[in-house]
Amino acid sequence: MKEKITREEVRHVADLARLDLNPDEEVQMTQQLNAILDYMEKLNEVDTSQVEPTTHAVERANVFREDVVGPSLQRDSALANAPQTDGVHFVVPKVI
Amino acid sequence: MQFETVIGLEVHAQLLTKTKIFCSCSTEFGAPPNTHTCPVCLGMPGVLPVLNRTVVEYAMKMALATHCRILPRCRFARKNYFYPDLPKGYQISQYELPLGVDGWLEIETEEGTRRIGITRIHMEEDAGKLVHDETQPVSYVDFNRTGVPLIEIVSEPDMRSPEEAAAYLRTLRDILRYLEICDGNMEEGSFRCDANISLRPVGSSEFGTKTELKNMNSFRNVQRALEFEVRRQRALLEKGQAIVQETRLWDAGRGVTVSMRGKEEAHDYRYFPDPDLVPVEIDEAWVEQVRSSLPELPDAKRERFVRQYDLPAYDARVLTASKDLADYFEAAVAAFPQPKTVSNWIMSELMRELKRDEREIEDCPVPPAHLAELLQLMDRNVISGKIAKSVFKEMYETGASAKAIVEAKGLEQVTDEGAIEAVVREVLAENPKEVESFRQGKEKLLGFFVGQVMKKTRGKANPKLVNEMLLKALKG
Repeated sequence: MKEKITREEVRHVADLARLDLNPDEEVQMTQQLNAILDYMEKLNEVDTSQVEPTTHAVERANVFREDVVGPSLQRDSALANAPQTDGVHFVVPKVI
Repeated sequence: MQFETVIGLEVHAQLLTKTKIFCSCSTEFGAPPNTHTCPVCLGMPGVLPVLNRTVVEYAMKMALATHCRILPRCRFARKNYFYPDLPKGYQISQYELPLGVDGWLEIETEEGTRRIGITRIHMEEDAGKLVHDETQPVSYVDFNRTGVPLIEIVSEPDMRSPEEAAAYLRTLRDILRYLEICDGNMEEGSFRCDANISLRPVGSSEFGTKTELKNMNSFRNVQRALEFEVRRQRALLEKGQAIVQETRLWDAGRGVTVSMRGKEEAHDYRYFPDPDLVPVEIDEAWVEQVRSSLPELPDAKRERFVRQYDLPAYDARVLTASKDLADYFEAAVAAFPQPKTVSNWIMSELMRELKRDEREIEDCPVPPAHLAELLQLMDRNVISGKIAKSVFKEMYETGASAKAIVEAKGLEQVTDEGAIEAVVREVLAENPKEVESFRQGKEKLLGFFVGQVMKKTRGKANPKLVNEMLLKALKG
């Protein structure tokens, strides 16, 4: 059967997701993703020609909040889970 | 070979809402770092963003003001990429269904009015702010700006020169400011611009390879960066070399654009509809409600100024460049109903002082009522036009009223014919040679006599009377 996703594509997606896969994992992921995509093929057996595409399970639109300021987090709480801080900022490896 | 420049601009405008686009954190500028954040804008797991209604209405205002068609149904999409200023690993933006499409605006160029197309206007969230350490290999992240609402305004590739691009940007900013939805401050980053630019042989209908320019934080820098890029691309093309499609950063200090290598492969954003946010449906009634709330926009105001005040098109354009300046003009005309005189004074004396001071009209030390009073004094011949100019300078420097300055300094014009006649006699008696020349036909000397009389009266003599009486004495 023709592969739905190639090893090259797996490597590209892994790279975009910042995942570091070794060659064995690349093979394994390619197999697993192809198996999943094959399984999803089953859905194509359903006739959807009369169904509008949707991105939601519920048919709702226009859920809004009013433009009123509410409380923010204390800075200590905001920074609590950061791997590194200077007490004021989140500190990260330098990026340019 | 002759080349034609093709420019399209992407503008990000920060909206002046009180709260962020998907949470109730404040958008106030200048707060201590990381004090305006919450689980939603920090991208904590399990939170639910909810759209700020005012963001939609502000975005609709801009879309309507630029003649866009508002889509009956739009939605948000996730734009996926990694950068430390983006806590969720994706930016909530709009992709295939933006808020508005197919608009336009008109810009004034030396060749006349040109229409520039607007491809789309969409809503999205801003990212945080990064500060890089000067010595250590770390960066500091402030997430206060994360989630501040933006609209992105994408133009068609309709501009043909850096000047047109600058004119488009100014027009866009004027409209945003008239609508009071963005303060349009490029230096502070509430109004940002990226530019796509390419060259093609004149007459060609295909586009050349473009580069994208970033990091231009003033109108002047946008224009300078584009001018540099025109020269750079033309030099390459003339040597028969290809343009590399890439992102380039403007370096204002060196006045060059520099390739931003390495970021190219990252342009794979894998957009998909954000499942956390429901679609936005905008019906005709909502569109009309927002349309009816639009203020008079620059174009309409400009036309009205020509019609109502009988001003030249040039004056109307200058005066309506900002809403505050237009308001200033109308307030002054209300108190001194000679529109052209008011316009002249604003465009020359007032704007010269403001420019020298780098002040905005909002901070002008001469209120419109003071300017009107000065013009009245001049109109009633209490002071001459020349004196009025020096009084204006003093009004600008001290904030005092025209009357107060004229009285304190005794600057009232001398209109007493007897007094002027005495000075005229004096001047003629002191300059017999010039009088002789004048009488033999050297009438150009009149200016010399006027100057002498004015000097003796310290500029206070009514120039019209001086002229009349000199001529009478010399010719009579």
